[in-house]
Amino acid sequence: MKWLRENLFSGWVSSLATLCLLFLAWKALAAFVDWAFLDAVWRADPQACRAKAGACWGLITEKHRFILFGTYPYEEHWRPALASVVLVGLWVFSAIRRFWRSWLALVWLGGLCVIGALMWGGVFGMPYVENERWGGLILTLLLASFGVTFAFPLGILLALGRRSELPVLRGLCVGYIELIRGVPLISLLFMASVMLPLFLPSGMTIDKLLRAQIAMIMFAAAYLAEVVRGGLQAIPKGQYDAAHALALPFWRRTYLIILPQALRIAVPALVNTFIGFFKDTSLVLIIGLFDLLSTIKISLTEPAWSGYGVEAYLFASVVYFVFCFAMSRYSRSFEHQR
Amino acid sequence: MIEMIKVSKWFGAYQALHEVDLSVARGEKVVVCGPSGSGKSTLIRLVNRLEAHQSGRVVVDGVELDDNPQNVDKVRREVGMVFQSFNLFPHLTVLQNLTLAPIWVQRVPRREAEATAREFLARVRIPEQADKYPSQLSGGQQQRVAIARALCMRPKLMLFDEPTSALDPEMIKEVLDVMVELAREGMTMMVVTHEMGFARTVADRVVFMDGGRIVEAAPPAQFFGAPKSDRAKLFLSQILGH
Repeated sequence: MKWLRENLFSGWVSSLATLCLLFLAWKALAAFVDWAFLDAVWRADPQACRAKAGACWGLITEKHRFILFGTYPYEEHWRPALASVVLVGLWVFSAIRRFWRSWLALVWLGGLCVIGALMWGGVFGMPYVENERWGGLILTLLLASFGVTFAFPLGILLALGRRSELPVLRGLCVGYIELIRGVPLISLLFMASVMLPLFLPSGMTIDKLLRAQIAMIMFAAAYLAEVVRGGLQAIPKGQYDAAHALALPFWRRTYLIILPQALRIAVPALVNTFIGFFKDTSLVLIIGLFDLLSTIKISLTEPAWSGYGVEAYLFASVVYFVFCFAMSRYSRSFEHQR
Repeated sequence: MIEMIKVSKWFGAYQALHEVDLSVARGEKVVVCGPSGSGKSTLIRLVNRLEAHQSGRVVVDGVELDDNPQNVDKVRREVGMVFQSFNLFPHLTVLQNLTLAPIWVQRVPRREAEATAREFLARVRIPEQADKYPSQLSGGQQQRVAIARALCMRPKLMLFDEPTSALDPEMIKEVLDVMVELAREGMTMMVVTHEMGFARTVADRVVFMDGGRIVEAAPPAQFFGAPKSDRAKLFLSQILGH
């Protein structure tokens, strides 16, 4: 009560403002509840949806399989579902500090083999599915996971290179970072999908998914490099002095002294970049890959369901939010640890 | 042990050292003092090439310091250094700070490195702090850890760059005591400090610097009793006069 009086009703102006805002909030909330629950249609019936003013959750009921799994063969949907669970499981497992041992790499290798076997099939009686048909959530997760896994070490190397005393190396790294950062991801993806094949010797093709993945890795690496560089610059010179005085050679100095401190400083900015990158994976739709957002777009092109974009995008937002919020919370817990 | 011949050092256009000559014999303890900006820190940092000189020669234990990284590495393995701001590694425990270089540079087995580290922690009188992080220790304790860290490499020569300047007065003695003990054991030491009491008890020679030059070098009794140069007299009156 005391808090209320001091902060919200400390004078007649603030009391008025508080009441107005409360009223607006109440109206907005009521309207949303009406739309989302009271007037909503839950059956997968476009006719019923047209009859009522509320949300048409029937779209999600009807289309959720397509949204989550894309054009993957319908009766095989359990495979990308299981693969998604395995992939998320791997990340959750890796988030636990107790498991940060060298065998974690083996766990990942094993997990990725399982995911590969599930997605491609062709073994254990599972029919083969070419990766042109992969889509939906698993595609988003795979692009983001592989993207981060390769872009992060690459970004660290670029950041170190940019601070190198060797002018050629430094120039190359600066050039790469500035070039990639100066170009929108969309144009990189276009280049990867349209231009790259022109430069390859005839007869040699790189899979479309792989091309998009490479473009995303290159893009993310440039951004991560600058984030890591920020961390590196925050390390006091005395740390380098001490490492030099102890005769630690470059890589050991970097690995044992500099990076552990620099990366910890960079955690908030790193997670920021990771979250941005996770959402950027949705841009692959423009080169014809069906990630979570593209599948929604396609669902809405069906005449019966067109016009119910809000419900579909709300669904996508929830999925994205769950992953991004998890990353954010995890990074918070990480910052407080030693 | 250290041989400096006509060493000059520039930072950009500013000349920090002017053709400095200095030699330190094995087992000798040399205290370097002088007003701030006189080049004493630069001088001591040349000895393990934290700074590179541009002309003249620096030879440490028979190895010339030049652009050859192998020579630099060889010297750094034999020279321990203690800094004004401790420069402990904050993300590692005290024990890890001490064992890092022995394990990763000298390839000493972990168990052995830890035994050595605990031995040196006992010598600097903080054996119970092994598993704490540097930020949990007082300044004096941190500096003693830094001394122990340097000693764990079994150096032939120890450099101290204003080791007590960042300490609260009541902690200075605990660090100086450790240094005096080290000197008694016969360690070759080069110490930049304003602790004239320490210079009197321990130093074989006091080197006074001003304006990037060695102005005077004499045994402590002579230096404190009858300084020759006016600048040294002024300096001594300023730091001893109150």
